[in-house]
Amino acid sequence: MFCPGCACGQIMNNFLYAIDDLGLDPNKIVTIGGVGCTARIPAYLNMDTIHGIHGRTLAFATGVKLANPQLTVVILTGDGDVAAIGGNHLIQAARRNLDVTLIVNNNGSYAMTGGQVSPVTPFGASTTTTTRGNIETPFDLCKLVEAAGGTYISRWTTVHSAQLTNAIKEGILHRGFSFIEVVGQCPTIYGRYVLKLREPVDNIKWLKENSVTKAQAEKMKTEELEGKVIIGNFVKKNLPTLNDRYEALESRVKSG
Amino acid sequence: MTFAENKNSSYQFMLGNHAIVEGAIAAGCRYFAGYPITPASEISERISDRLPEVGGKFIQMEDELGSIYSVIGASLAGVKSMTATASAGYDYMQEGIEFAVATETPLVIVDVMRLRGAEQATQADIMQVRWAAAGDHEMIVLAPSSVQELFDYTIEAFNLSETYRNPVVVLSEMTLSLMRERVKIRDPSQIRIVNRKHPKVSPEEFIPFLGEPDGVPPMAKFGEGYNVLYTINPHDKRGMITGDMEEYDQLYKRITGKITRSINDIVKYQTYYLDDADIAVIAYGSESRSALEAVRKAREEGIKAGLLKLVTVWPFHEALIRSVAERVKKIVVPEMNLGRYVNEIERASECKTKVLSLPLNKGRMHTSGEILHGIKM
Repeated sequence: MFCPGCACGQIMNNFLYAIDDLGLDPNKIVTIGGVGCTARIPAYLNMDTIHGIHGRTLAFATGVKLANPQLTVVILTGDGDVAAIGGNHLIQAARRNLDVTLIVNNNGSYAMTGGQVSPVTPFGASTTTTTRGNIETPFDLCKLVEAAGGTYISRWTTVHSAQLTNAIKEGILHRGFSFIEVVGQCPTIYGRYVLKLREPVDNIKWLKENSVTKAQAEKMKTEELEGKVIIGNFVKKNLPTLNDRYEALESRVKSG
Repeated sequence: MTFAENKNSSYQFMLGNHAIVEGAIAAGCRYFAGYPITPASEISERISDRLPEVGGKFIQMEDELGSIYSVIGASLAGVKSMTATASAGYDYMQEGIEFAVATETPLVIVDVMRLRGAEQATQADIMQVRWAAAGDHEMIVLAPSSVQELFDYTIEAFNLSETYRNPVVVLSEMTLSLMRERVKIRDPSQIRIVNRKHPKVSPEEFIPFLGEPDGVPPMAKFGEGYNVLYTINPHDKRGMITGDMEEYDQLYKRITGKITRSINDIVKYQTYYLDDADIAVIAYGSESRSALEAVRKAREEGIKAGLLKLVTVWPFHEALIRSVAERVKKIVVPEMNLGRYVNEIERASECKTKVLSLPLNKGRMHTSGEILHGIKM
C-alpha cells in the first residue's frame, strides 16, 4: 500500500538485498514496525514480525533481544514513530547499546495521517499542523543517537542505494545499537506540499542535488548548509552490548 | 539475597510483594520488566536479584510503556514474562494489553491498587482493571486476600495466561502487598505448571490464528521458522492485515469466546457458611478477610449469614451470582471504593433479592463490625 514513488518500497528492497547478500537465515530475523507508512514494511515480509503499536518498537525489541539473544532484530519505522512518541525508548535503547538495527525513514512528516509536523520537519516548513510555517527546530537524529550512546550510525538517502544496502549490512553485523537514517522521498506529502515537487523523479533529483558528504559539509558555510542532507557512515564503535553486560552479571551471580 | 529467610523450611515469613516474586519464579517466569512505583517497587527489587540466579532476565525500563511492550516481546520470543505496577502505571499499559489480547500473547500483569497520588489502600480500580483497555476484550483477573494467595494466585495467573493466551492480572492491594504473613513455598514437584501449546505441524502447514478445535491456537516462538505476523490491526487466520469485517468479527468472537465459553473452568471462588444462609456477603481481596470475621460473628448471634469469596473477579460469573441471589434474602457487598462491583452483582441478581452496597473510600478496609452492621441492616 505504498504510494507511487514512495521511498518505502526502496527501503524494503535495500533491506532484503542486505540480508540476502549476508546470507542470513530469515527464520532467525525478527522485524518490528510501529505505525505509519514505513512501519508497514515488516508486515509485508515473511518473517517473525511485531507490528502496529505506535512508538514502542524499541521496547518490544528490548524484550525480544533479551529473551533470545540469538535472534537478529531489525526495526523499520518512521521519524514520528521513533523520535516523537518513541523518543524516550530510542535514547534508552541507544544508551543501553541494545544489539538491534534500527532503520528510520526520515520523510519529513507524519505521512500516513496526511502530513502533520514531526520532530524532523525543517524550521519554516508548511505542514497541515504548521500552516504558517514550522516554528520548531528539527532533530539531527544521527547526533541525537550518537549522544545517547548508539555505536553504529549512518545516514543515506534512497538515491544512494548501494551505500544504503551496505550500511544496513554493516549495521546488522555490528554488535551494538545500529542506527541507519534513510532520508526518503515522499512525493505525496513532503514533496508536494513542502518542496513543491509533485513528481517522484523530481523528488529523487532533489535528494541527489541536496546531499553532501561530511567532508564537503565541513568546507561549507552555515547558509550553504541550509536544507542540505549530510550523508555518510559517521560512527562505528565496539562497546559492550546490553546482552554482554547481562551475561557478565550472570557470571558474577553464578560464581557467588 | 539480602532478605533473611529460613532456608531449612518451606514456610517463610514474607512480604506480600516478595511472595508474588516467588510465585512467578515457581511458575517459570524468566523475564520481568518494570518501573518503580509505590507499592509495587519491592516486586522489581526482589525479582532483579532473583532472575539472574535462575537464568532469567530483568530490566528496569524507562516507563510502564517500555515495561509492558518489552514483556510482550519476550513472551513472543518464548519466555514467560511478567510486569508489575500500581493503578496509575496500569493506565499506561492499556494499549499493550490491547496488543496482547489481539495477538493472543500470554502475559501476567501485577496491579497493586492504590489511591491516586497517595499511598493508601483502595479497591477503586476493580473496573479499570477490566475495562480500561480499548476494543472488545476479556480480562482474567485474580484477587488474592493473603500473602499465601499472592504466591498461589501468581502461579495460577501464569497457568491461565498460558492456557488461554490472554493477559491475566494479579490484582493485589496496598495492604496485601506491603504486609508480611506466613507463606508455604510449595515444592516445585507439588506445583502444577501449564505451558502454551506448541504447533504440531510444520511452518508451511501452520495457520497461526485458526484456533481449532478449542479456540486457543498453538503458539510457536520467534526463531523457529513459523514467521508469524503479530499485529494489533484486524487480521485473518494467517495473521495478515485485512479490511474484511466478517473476518474481524469472527476473530474477536473467537478471542473473547476463549474466555467466555470456559467461564466455569476459569472462575474460582470459595464459600463459607453459605449453604443455609439467608444473607450472603459477596467480597473480594482484602475485604473478604473482614467479611469472614463478620459472618462468623453474625452466626454467633444466630444470624444465618454466609460469605461468597470471589477468587476470580473477572470474568464476571453471572450464573454464580444469580444462583446466590435466588437463595438469599439479601446480598451485602463491602468494597473499598464508592460502590463498583456491586453494580455487576445487582445486575446479575435480576431483582431476585435486595442488594446492599457497603462503600468505603477512606484508605482502609472495613472492620468486621462495619460489615456486621451491614448484615443486620
